[in-house]
Amino acid sequence: MNPNMIEDLVGLLGRPSVLVEREDLIPYSFDATAALRKVPEVVVFPKTTGEVAAVLKLSQKHRVPVVARGSGTGLSGGSVPVEGAVVVCLVKMDRILEVDARNFTLRAEAGVLTQAVYDAAEAAGLFYPPDPGSMKISTIGGNVAENSGGLRGLKYGVTRDYVMGLEVVLADGEVCRLGSKCVKDVAGYSLKDLFVGSEGTLGIVTEVLLKLVPKPASRQTLLATYARMDAAAGTVSAIIAAKIVPCTLEFLDRKTLRCVEAFTHAGLPVDAEALLLIEVDGHPAAVADDAARIREICAENGATTVRVAADAAEASRLATARRSAFSALARMRPTTILEDATVPRSELSNMIRFIQETGERHGFEIATFGHFGDGNLHPTFLTDERDADEMHRVEAAMKEIFAHALSLGGTITGEHGVGLAKKAFLRGQMGDGSYALLKQVKRSLDPLGLLNPGKVFDP
Amino acid sequence: MGRDNLLKSLDYSVLQQCMHCGLCLPTCPTYLETGHERNSPRGRISLMRAVADGELATTKAFAEEMSYCLGCLACTTACPAGVDYGTLFEAGRAESERSGVVANPLRTFIRFFTLRFLLFRPWALRLEARLQWFFEASGLRRLIRRSGIYSVLPRRIGELERQSLPIQRHFSDELIRLTERPANGVRHRVAVLTGCIQDIAFSDVNRATVDVLLENGCEVATPREQSCCGSLHVHNGDLESAKTLARRQIDAIDPASFDAIISNSAGCGSHLKRYHHLLADNPAYAERAKAWSAKVKDISEWLVEIGFRRPNPPAAGVLPVAITYHDACHLCHGQKITSQPREILRALPGVELRECTESTMCCGSAGIYSLTHPTTSSWLRDRKVGHLKSTGASVVATANPGCQLQIQNGFARGASTLAKGVPRIAHPVVLLAEAYHAEKH
Repeated sequence: MNPNMIEDLVGLLGRPSVLVEREDLIPYSFDATAALRKVPEVVVFPKTTGEVAAVLKLSQKHRVPVVARGSGTGLSGGSVPVEGAVVVCLVKMDRILEVDARNFTLRAEAGVLTQAVYDAAEAAGLFYPPDPGSMKISTIGGNVAENSGGLRGLKYGVTRDYVMGLEVVLADGEVCRLGSKCVKDVAGYSLKDLFVGSEGTLGIVTEVLLKLVPKPASRQTLLATYARMDAAAGTVSAIIAAKIVPCTLEFLDRKTLRCVEAFTHAGLPVDAEALLLIEVDGHPAAVADDAARIREICAENGATTVRVAADAAEASRLATARRSAFSALARMRPTTILEDATVPRSELSNMIRFIQETGERHGFEIATFGHFGDGNLHPTFLTDERDADEMHRVEAAMKEIFAHALSLGGTITGEHGVGLAKKAFLRGQMGDGSYALLKQVKRSLDPLGLLNPGKVFDP
Repeated sequence: MGRDNLLKSLDYSVLQQCMHCGLCLPTCPTYLETGHERNSPRGRISLMRAVADGELATTKAFAEEMSYCLGCLACTTACPAGVDYGTLFEAGRAESERSGVVANPLRTFIRFFTLRFLLFRPWALRLEARLQWFFEASGLRRLIRRSGIYSVLPRRIGELERQSLPIQRHFSDELIRLTERPANGVRHRVAVLTGCIQDIAFSDVNRATVDVLLENGCEVATPREQSCCGSLHVHNGDLESAKTLARRQIDAIDPASFDAIISNSAGCGSHLKRYHHLLADNPAYAERAKAWSAKVKDISEWLVEIGFRRPNPPAAGVLPVAITYHDACHLCHGQKITSQPREILRALPGVELRECTESTMCCGSAGIYSLTHPTTSSWLRDRKVGHLKSTGASVVATANPGCQLQIQNGFARGASTLAKGVPRIAHPVVLLAEAYHAEKH
């Protein structure tokens, strides 16, 4: 890297906010995605939007690429450094600036933890629904950049549905404020939406204005076990057909169940073939009605057991257990590759069967869990990155699974983003016309190609 | 210095187990302090893996990072993937020492004197403690303090002096007979480990442990020839000494002769339960070590397991007392024991147990960490004391001598500004022994 760049960064931010030693950099060479690594040249910790803007101006001046990063918990390699990059780590911008209980909004800097957003909303009697598995440490800026989902997508949607406004620093260091606290606001293009899920390729999000909703007065969590996967899938279809929209409708297969139970000791039934974790929330009367109806539907569809969580503490333990599924699966094999192929929920049974067959055909294990209610599956490849032959088979299987998901009208990623991990498959999903449009947007906002280059698509 | 890089010779799958999801980050005290990945569990594991892969040499910065880790093991509680961070941490520290990158003559001497001399020879440690007791009891310490000499010496020395151990008048072997039998019939036979620091600074905890065991039908053997458990050795990169001490310990106390081997010090217990791991490749000891590890129980774990008797309120009635509990890292993270000490505290007549915020966060004592990293250690101590204070409890219960000293020091420093005075810091088993005692009065 241009030595002047580092000198300028130190001049701008001060020595303690600029990391250049190898021992400091190696720990920034990855996020939570398996088998992707690149050691950055330098990592910086800006504390204000002004500092982020100044860093981007330096990046233009010295023609140095920039990769924005929060806590590095992404699952598609969005924040994995690229060759010769400055990593701009936003975790020191961690202030909640305002909770506006009259307008149901919360304004926070990009480095605030998702859990802190949730807690601040709750303290005001409000609710921030998106809850990605890593919410205890993921940053809200990272959630916006990857458009993260979570367990409550079915009823509440994803991060995008809660972004009312953004402060974004553009490639040339210009600061833009997009959106407003108004529920209705149609002034100009909806530019904020362009940046949600843009994975740091169009600008760096420094501040977010989030929509909150009233905290549901009541919640109930149910746990249903099945001896056959099809019966679990059938239950989901029947719940939806009954026009019930639970806030959570999660599924774990036997392998996932066993790993999660080994970690959490939450009392999950490890001999079940499949498990559904269902939560309904809202007005107490509606919750009681829905929960009763769901119990019937589970029984009608062949559930072996149906249990209701005794209290909020148990419900929260079960949700936490479910959130640990991906990491817990690492107990089985050295390398755990998580995918998030998603299909319209009417195609779930078909997709799950296909995933199982594909694993068997290629001779390695795939564990599957995910958000059944919204069709977002997490087939997880249990493998060893040091076994080249097996990795080839994993790649082949992955291709087949994506192709099958697309053939069913699905998507290659429901909530993790494209990043590095899935960019080879994006064109296949989008088609030539819209793929070209993506690049056109990128070129107009980042003409020098310095913002997270090579992510989402090749330049 | 040994020859082989200890991280390269480590089973690689232990390193690979970490899939860097980051769920450990919010529980790591040093990551909370700096916000830098290098100071987090997954960051440290990535550095160890880089050393194992030959991408990074065992540098001074690497060794400093291994030493900056408290070894509190909070990450192992948070880790869904089940990474054996304890083993990685021990290997990382041992590799730092093997490479010699941080060695200097004074450090080498101090390490030799403490790890290989004092902690290898119970008589030497006791002699040192006797001298220190005399220093305190004779008034020499007060005299020196008053002389103002610490104000002209470097600050670190004054700091060290304040942290020195309070030595007991009587050590465990003067308070506890070799074998003691319960009054109402023997239901279990156990051995009690008296520890090193516990023995000289908290021998009353050892006495209380025996009293409580006797109350619950245990015949208690307290072998005289027991040695240091070796936990300070593994945590400071001296695996060889730790192995020697483990073998001595097993030779002295045959696990087959007892229903349980009782430890009342969280740091020791956590390590004592890993002897099977430490001696796995020693054919003469592997089997016995396995039996040993299975028999080692923390006192609270054992009491709950055998269904300890809840003390009756004394005839004269009890005053209500609010107690809060600090989870020692090596009890809650090292041994995953959290409910048993609380169960004991709740059983005490008149007690209201008040949970404190971040009860499972390290207090900064962490073996000799308060000496090696005073800034981080005192930051954690003050954070801990702040949370403990805000419970308003008049007793802080904790089950590890290091935590007890650290928290005592923390309260003592703030004593002048503290309106309500300093709470009592006590081991749960001491409180239980007192409650049994009070029944009879």
